[in-house]
Amino acid sequence: MKEKKELECLDISFLNKGISRRDFMKYCGLVAATLGLEASFIPRIAQALEEGQRPPIVWLHFAGCTACTEAFLRSSDPFVDDIILGVASVEYHETIMAPSGQLATDRLKNALTQYAGEFICICEGAIPTADNGVYGMVGGKTMLQIAKDVCPKAKAVIALGTCASFGGLPAAEGNLTGAKSIHTALGGYPTINIPGCPPNPINLVSTIVTYLLNGEFPLLDDLGRPIFAYGTTNHSACYRRGTGVCLYDLGCRGPETYLNCSTAKFNLGSSWPVQADAPCYGCSQPDFWDKPGGFYNYNGTRGPGPL
Amino acid sequence: MASKIVIDPVTRIEGHLRMETEVTGGFVSNAWSTGTLFRGVEVILKNRDPRDAWMLTQRICGVCTYVHGVTSIRSVENALGLTVPDNARTVRNLLMGAQYVHDHIIHFYALHLLDWVDITRALAADPATAVTIDRQICSTRTRDAAYFTAVKDKLAGFVGSGQLGPFANGYWGHAGYKLSPEMSLVMMANYLEALRFQVQIIKMHAILGGKNPHPQSLLIGGVTPDLDFTLGRLTEFQSLCTEAKSFVDTYYLPDATAIAAIYGQPENGGYGAIGSCNNLLCFGEFPQTADEPASLFFPRGAIFGKATGNVQSVNVADITEHVARSWYEGSTPHNPAQGDTVPVYSGIDLDEKYSWLKAPRYNGQPMEVGPLARVMVAYGQGMGAMVAAVNTFLSATFLTLPQMYSTIGRTSARAIETKVIADAMADWIAELIVVKNNPLRESFTMQAAGSGVALNEAPRGALGHWLNYSDTKIDNYQMVVPSTWNFGPRDDANVAGPVEQALIGTPVANDQKPLEILRVIHSFDPCIACAVHLVNLTGDEEVNINVL
Repeated sequence: MKEKKELECLDISFLNKGISRRDFMKYCGLVAATLGLEASFIPRIAQALEEGQRPPIVWLHFAGCTACTEAFLRSSDPFVDDIILGVASVEYHETIMAPSGQLATDRLKNALTQYAGEFICICEGAIPTADNGVYGMVGGKTMLQIAKDVCPKAKAVIALGTCASFGGLPAAEGNLTGAKSIHTALGGYPTINIPGCPPNPINLVSTIVTYLLNGEFPLLDDLGRPIFAYGTTNHSACYRRGTGVCLYDLGCRGPETYLNCSTAKFNLGSSWPVQADAPCYGCSQPDFWDKPGGFYNYNGTRGPGPL
Repeated sequence: MASKIVIDPVTRIEGHLRMETEVTGGFVSNAWSTGTLFRGVEVILKNRDPRDAWMLTQRICGVCTYVHGVTSIRSVENALGLTVPDNARTVRNLLMGAQYVHDHIIHFYALHLLDWVDITRALAADPATAVTIDRQICSTRTRDAAYFTAVKDKLAGFVGSGQLGPFANGYWGHAGYKLSPEMSLVMMANYLEALRFQVQIIKMHAILGGKNPHPQSLLIGGVTPDLDFTLGRLTEFQSLCTEAKSFVDTYYLPDATAIAAIYGQPENGGYGAIGSCNNLLCFGEFPQTADEPASLFFPRGAIFGKATGNVQSVNVADITEHVARSWYEGSTPHNPAQGDTVPVYSGIDLDEKYSWLKAPRYNGQPMEVGPLARVMVAYGQGMGAMVAAVNTFLSATFLTLPQMYSTIGRTSARAIETKVIADAMADWIAELIVVKNNPLRESFTMQAAGSGVALNEAPRGALGHWLNYSDTKIDNYQMVVPSTWNFGPRDDANVAGPVEQALIGTPVANDQKPLEILRVIHSFDPCIACAVHLVNLTGDEEVNINVL
């Protein structure tokens, strides 16, 4: 375990914030399951969170649609109120923060100095780069400049969602703004990519918990995606695989989509697209909007599908 | 002597908004609204299969998720002359209704509430007194002093840690906050409850839509669910509707009513007389049969000059979109169905061009869209449920009907319509369960070329998509979106947009902490990712949107 600066003891913070021990252990269990850890890791996760620092987070919104923030609000075990009032110290987040204008910008500036080298920077949305980045501005600065100013000061940069990870919709064919991923817009800056349109929040939270547990972020694939969530395809664990009701002939991209929707599911484990008979369209893959042939085969039928 | 206040970024909204105001003698005397992000989704849509468009358009906005998907699907169905089966219509109404309930609750508590509630006041509350206040706000609440002590301790621990996170640098202590410590504590408890509740209630979208955000069960001709469309799942949905109705009746609507009762009074700021727009536009929503607009549960209509009793019919041919003050090339009026638009950024010049948003006008007039438009159009047309809910609200707050045209009226209308929708959803799901075995989709033959239009009411207001395609590829895709109506700039006649007009006369006690301005802005529930788009692909000064 790397030496960490004690900013605040999470154990006290959890008790003070009224999160019951039972809820807390339950959340450690869900995170452990997502990370593929054995049950014996659960006490270790709890210990890491209790004894570790409360990580400062700076959340930047670029050329996006805010679905990634909304997905984060759907977090369960831990719930978002536990996260923003307990687990993390959310220093800057335009969707929920109290101040506007200069007083909001001051919070960003404060984080860059007070937490230099310590804060986790979560970026949502792509970065417009054409014409010196004028297509996206916040507080009188281009998003490109903001990213250049903030990201190098972070402990790590998480590109949340397909837009930040790979460019996403604003970068799709025909775009006029030169929208790019965080990594590309910053000239090859290393980012932890958590794609999805939007991503399952459990993948973001588990990534952060891994950092708290180990002092390091999880292993990444060659596209910068955590292997625990993006190491296997949706098809590999799909409950319709090998049945007579597979959606492959309808255009389902499950076999080529590295993502964990079929196991983690969404919204308190309620469902996922295939369960609603909606084929997967591969939203964690780069350039998925532009794959030739469109999304669905409108003449297709449910059937056996590939094994 | 005038001062200028620039608020950039405006937070607790969706998207990227800059608001500049001129303040003279302590009141806003002028305002300029600027959207600061351009993505150009309409250009990206060109040459794509119109049947796929809904997946891209849904990503216009993740807060207004679902709505751009369904409107796009409907524009293609309109082009094909396709009517969806009754059950598909019901499922779509339930998905839309669930979106309203969820979206409005998040807006009131997570985005707007801190404009009305000083979190630091809650720390001085007496928990036993808070119980009394809680039950005055709604008599069916059952929370006790131990509950409020726990909330107070949670907040105190958080504030005491010195790391206030998202609450740091708030305008705490501003004299414009008028709630007692106990009411502040009650409201902050509900802020936390709402954040928790919305996770639960949005399961409705997962059940019928596969997931949220960005449900995936839309299909041209209907909706996709099949194997999972069981009595068990529909009963689960029904339970969630019951929970939603309970939350709205016990928490959301009473809280909004309590806040309106206080802040509507002149001695508390008089927000029943601040932030007013004269004109309202509503396309209507929740069709009950294939017949639109006749069967729309929320009726279609337009109100001019606050004449609630004189609701006008709506002719979408009379919609125009101006680019005179927006960062696009502009020349002569042209049909929006042809041509190309070039975005041209020239910096903020308040006397020339200053926004990525365009300026929609109806009969040449700026129109407010959104909950207030829906509520007043429905009221003016005598819709029973809306009349009852509005009258109940007015009695409880001692506000008058004309005072609905205001900041507090707008915020309250959002809660009032949520109650009406939650009540209706109980009926819709009960009926759906009875006929659940009927078809959910209809097959169709794609035509190589066509034109279509679809009108909806997203939670933030009137929404329209216009489609032109040939060779099964989109030639032209147009969207006129709620926040463009509300937050667009001046037009070519220099007439200001709705929020720019609404802000005039707003008092400002402290230029550094423009709480009053934010109250007006947030009452509109801005969604700027939605608002910025290319409509006119010719780069014209004025664009006529024709029904095709």
